[in-house]
Amino acid sequence: MRTKTYVPLLFLTPAIALFAVFTVFPIVYSFLLSFQTSVGGEMVFAGLDNYRRLFGDQIFRTALFNTFVILVIQVPIMLFLALVLASLLHAAKRARALFRVSFFMPAVTSLVAYSIIFSIMLMGDGVVNQFLQAVGLKSVPWLSHPWWAKAALILAMTWRWTGYNMIIYLAAMQNIPESLYEAASMDGAGKIRQFFTVTIPQLKPVILFTTILSTIGTLQLFDEPYTLTKGGPSDATLTIGMYLYQTGFRYFDFGYASTLAYVIVVLIAALSFLQFKITGRDGT
Amino acid sequence: MTLKRRISQFGVHALLAIGAAVSLFPFYWAVIAATNESGKVFAKPPQLLPGSRFVENVVNLHHSIGIGRVLFNSLLVVSVYTALSLSVCTMAGYAFAKFRFRGRDALFAVFLVSMMVPFHAMVIPLFKMMAAWDWLNTYQALILPNVAYPFAIFLMRQNMLAVPDAIMEAGRIDGVSEWGLFTRIVLPSMRPALAATAIYLFMYQWNNFLWPLVAAQTKEMYTLPVALSSLFGLSRIDYGQVMAGVTLATGPIIVFFLLLQRHFISGILGGAVKE
Repeated sequence: MRTKTYVPLLFLTPAIALFAVFTVFPIVYSFLLSFQTSVGGEMVFAGLDNYRRLFGDQIFRTALFNTFVILVIQVPIMLFLALVLASLLHAAKRARALFRVSFFMPAVTSLVAYSIIFSIMLMGDGVVNQFLQAVGLKSVPWLSHPWWAKAALILAMTWRWTGYNMIIYLAAMQNIPESLYEAASMDGAGKIRQFFTVTIPQLKPVILFTTILSTIGTLQLFDEPYTLTKGGPSDATLTIGMYLYQTGFRYFDFGYASTLAYVIVVLIAALSFLQFKITGRDGT
Repeated sequence: MTLKRRISQFGVHALLAIGAAVSLFPFYWAVIAATNESGKVFAKPPQLLPGSRFVENVVNLHHSIGIGRVLFNSLLVVSVYTALSLSVCTMAGYAFAKFRFRGRDALFAVFLVSMMVPFHAMVIPLFKMMAAWDWLNTYQALILPNVAYPFAIFLMRQNMLAVPDAIMEAGRIDGVSEWGLFTRIVLPSMRPALAATAIYLFMYQWNNFLWPLVAAQTKEMYTLPVALSSLFGLSRIDYGQVMAGVTLATGPIIVFFLLLQRHFISGILGGAVKE
């Protein structure tokens, strides 16, 4: 029995219409805008001017640098921690559900809300510095020093996302055959060796998947620096996403802001491709 | 258990407990700050117990930002968005999963590829569009972008692939209409997938920040994240107030999460994990 061809189309019409207007059109339009500039309030074609401007733009370079510093430090630390926690939880006999809930709870909090919590905890006289002093360490200028401000962002993001990644790893660990661990253990490998020689290689595809997700997320980073550090001190935590927002909605330079948007698009495509290539090479 | 195993189990649980404490402390701290006076967040020695000023802080929050209206905005936008998007995406997922038609795979690929494009690459045209239609600062402007959410379409399609064709054929032979087939035969078997997708969409919109920051221009139209962020951007910040707002934005979600853990986890991970 054949269904009429218009049936699937009817089911698809709302999605196609909304997608065309609110997704496809903006993506194309913003590509066109990236070649335009505003002259007396009118957008006119400017060729590659905006793209050329990128190269001489000191703030763009700072934003690019900050974004990559955060990416290169935060993602590996977070994913490694998530792997360790998942292994521990996998090995634990008691209170697993309780730990699972505790670790996952940060992943349900709104980005703005947790950024505010961290900002207050990390202020000069905040509770984190009081704790550091209580255990005999020096207090840290979390929000007023360029590098510590980056560290503050990294700390907060790691808190927010580690549990999320941990749950993904934990689920994947259920599928690692127990026999691999037994074999390793017969060969005299201790728990820590097993973590590096069995768990990590077995989870490689999942690790790739989470690396790509985190990379995409970090390249778009906006909510956290906007709230937690407000991009400062003196642009030390300005990300490409924030620079785009400032260019577009504070200076209303829509052309150049669209160019910045396409920088993010290209970076996401290139880095995802690269990560696939690198991990794909040895056949997994 | 041998002694060695016991020691290692103890170590595992001790490390997990430290991790859990780090995970949970910021929530506890938010509650402390939300229930005390503003200055108490920097008290020495630190205030480590909840106070009794929550209601007062919420009242102050209401005076400074109109938290009632803000909560209403967030709830309205999020619930209409979730209902609308879930319907649109479920229908689309159904079409992609259970029908053959020309251009299907190409069209599905277009949806998938668009997932790689960040919202940043849409925000300026969307702003210009809304401005041209005079829709800035309206509910429709807050709700409509991303109703056709490619990832939700993808999720529903993956789940609907499992519906056996035989059941649908039997329904057609019995004279069930196409719409009846979808609503009475397919949807009832999709409850867990629908719940997970709904939670995914809900959380996306509840936390959404960049777009409402751009599209909501007066306090009356602020959503929770925008209102909190604007309050936190003032030169004189009342921390008790801000944290009361943070607690209002986070608390209900955590309660939902604790009640519906499984759905929540699979919803937020969006099918990244099959449990």
